Amino acid sequence: MVENRPWLTFISHLVLIIGLAIVVFPVWVAFVASTYDPKSMLSGVVPLTPGDQFFQNYYQIFVEGLSSAGAPPVGLMMVNSMVMAMAIAIGKIAISIISAFAIVYFKFPGRVLAFWTIFITLMLPVEVRILPTFEVTAGLGLLNSYSGLTLPLIASATATFLFRQFFMTIPEELSEAARIDGAGPLKFFRDILLPLSRTNMAGLFVILFIYGWNQYLWPLIVTTDESYYTIVMGIQRMVTVPDSEPLWHVIMATVLLAMIPPVLVVVFMQRLFIKGLVETEK
Amino acid sequence: MATISLDKVRKVYAGGVEAVKGVSIDIADGEFIVLVGPSGCGKSTLLRMIAGLEEISDGEIRIGDRVVNRVEPADRDIAMVFQNYALYPHMTVYNNLAYGLKNRGEPKDEIDKRVKEAARILEIGDFLDRKPRQLSGGQRQRVAMGRAIVRKPAAFLFDEPLSNLDAKLRVQMRIEIKRLQETLGTTSVYVTHDQLEAMTLAHRLVVLNHGRIEQIGTPLEVYEKPASTFVAGFIGSPAMNLIPVKAKDGRLHLESGEGLDAPDGFGAEHALLGVRPEDLQVDADGAENADALSLRMKVIAVEPVGAESYVHGRVAGVVDDVVVRVPAKAEFSAGAELNLKASRDRLHVFDAANGGRLNG
Repeated sequence: MVENRPWLTFISHLVLIIGLAIVVFPVWVAFVASTYDPKSMLSGVVPLTPGDQFFQNYYQIFVEGLSSAGAPPVGLMMVNSMVMAMAIAIGKIAISIISAFAIVYFKFPGRVLAFWTIFITLMLPVEVRILPTFEVTAGLGLLNSYSGLTLPLIASATATFLFRQFFMTIPEELSEAARIDGAGPLKFFRDILLPLSRTNMAGLFVILFIYGWNQYLWPLIVTTDESYYTIVMGIQRMVTVPDSEPLWHVIMATVLLAMIPPVLVVVFMQRLFIKGLVETEK
Repeated sequence: MATISLDKVRKVYAGGVEAVKGVSIDIADGEFIVLVGPSGCGKSTLLRMIAGLEEISDGEIRIGDRVVNRVEPADRDIAMVFQNYALYPHMTVYNNLAYGLKNRGEPKDEIDKRVKEAARILEIGDFLDRKPRQLSGGQRQRVAMGRAIVRKPAAFLFDEPLSNLDAKLRVQMRIEIKRLQETLGTTSVYVTHDQLEAMTLAHRLVVLNHGRIEQIGTPLEVYEKPASTFVAGFIGSPAMNLIPVKAKDGRLHLESGEGLDAPDGFGAEHALLGVRPEDLQVDADGAENADALSLRMKVIAVEPVGAESYVHGRVAGVVDDVVVRVPAKAEFSAGAELNLKASRDRLHVFDAANGGRLNG
């Protein structure tokens, strides 16, 4: 907007700053808490300026872990979370782009039925179908494995639907031109559709990575072996530690660490995402 | 280079709609054929059947000596230019041109040679590294043609390639397409709904209506001797005037009583007399003339188009406006009564019932 109204500028900035403060304050408290020794956080007064235990605390959680809380070292949990989030995000994109390709570009009996079946699964998130899903996963012997952590979450109606909508906006002549140019279905998929979907994939990756990273209920149910714990469930285990006070300084340090990968994904992929929005290739 | 022949080709869609109703055309080697007709006449469907993008319900299509009914588009040895160009948006112009050749497994240096040559012919050499979105409409059009040329196909298929361009560019590209086709001598089938494009480009025109061929002929044949009232109304702008006449005692009579000899063997009671706007002359004195048919018209409106003007008016017994072409300098005002004359040998007679042409 090319308006020059000082008061409007002032008020809109004020609103933005208040909103930002509300969002940032808890994060700041978490950071502050992660820089004190255990006793300070339990004294009843929460400090608002950083303490002097930053390096000790982070050294402790990275290298030693928190054995009394029944959680493995944070490093291992980060790796587990990373594997799970990546596998879910990449797997979801791969499967849904292929199913959208089939639904949009091929005429086969039951095509509409297939689409609606996928679409209806939108109404069945993991929480709703958790018992049968666990039963199947256990039956396949996938408990306590990366496959068990990721496979049941990998089908995505949302992503399939998004890719379907995107493919339907690609002019039909493009696939016809490719046919005349001698590109079979798979070649067309690889040479034309995949490059055109790049920005959609980047956008979806951001959303799906965070979705995978934040998974809590499913990893909690499907893993009993500590070496497969993810960071989100690790934090929960630290908080509900039996027979002692929760070690807030360690928990908060872990929370901050757990936030870093999603933030990095957003920061880096967002650039690609916005670039895709600006340079439309259609 | 190849001939293309269509033999009683039909297209019936799943819903039972018959888009093409038994079309037969023989296209000679190197010929430029234009399929023309109003929207929904089946011209695009026919072209897409030749390309292999639509299945053929019945009949046979041959390219060269080969029946191609069940041959994949890529193996038919044709190239197609689409209305929206259908360039691959993420590829450079060079890769757009090279893609089909790469898929055919041509050696790299051969691809390079052919792309450069096509770029030279179409003067797009400077854009080879650009993406389609960085090009103007006319440049994209050239790239689309380049993609057709590099394949050195037996036939070019054009699906309304100029309809996305502005008027000036359209004329320019029309000339370029004609020149290119003459240079390369490749058999071409061109679909358009623009009769001017059809007239100027075609060696032979195929006028289609409701999935049937109304007439095949050179542009002048079609213009001079339209086979039906449909062709008469579609080819030529403004359209031919059609005046209802009654047959009596071997003569055709206008409402005004004026008459002319009926064509041989004409038995029906009603006929339509066709006369093109440029064949009508304004006759100041209104004198009787044995060689001419005369009409009285009341002027409704005058449309000046620059080099000439079109006078619209009413003639007793004619439902539609009658249009007369007059020199631009002539001045007529609405409400004026005009005497018009049409030379008898410039008249067309059509059967009022089925629209067919009656005089030779």
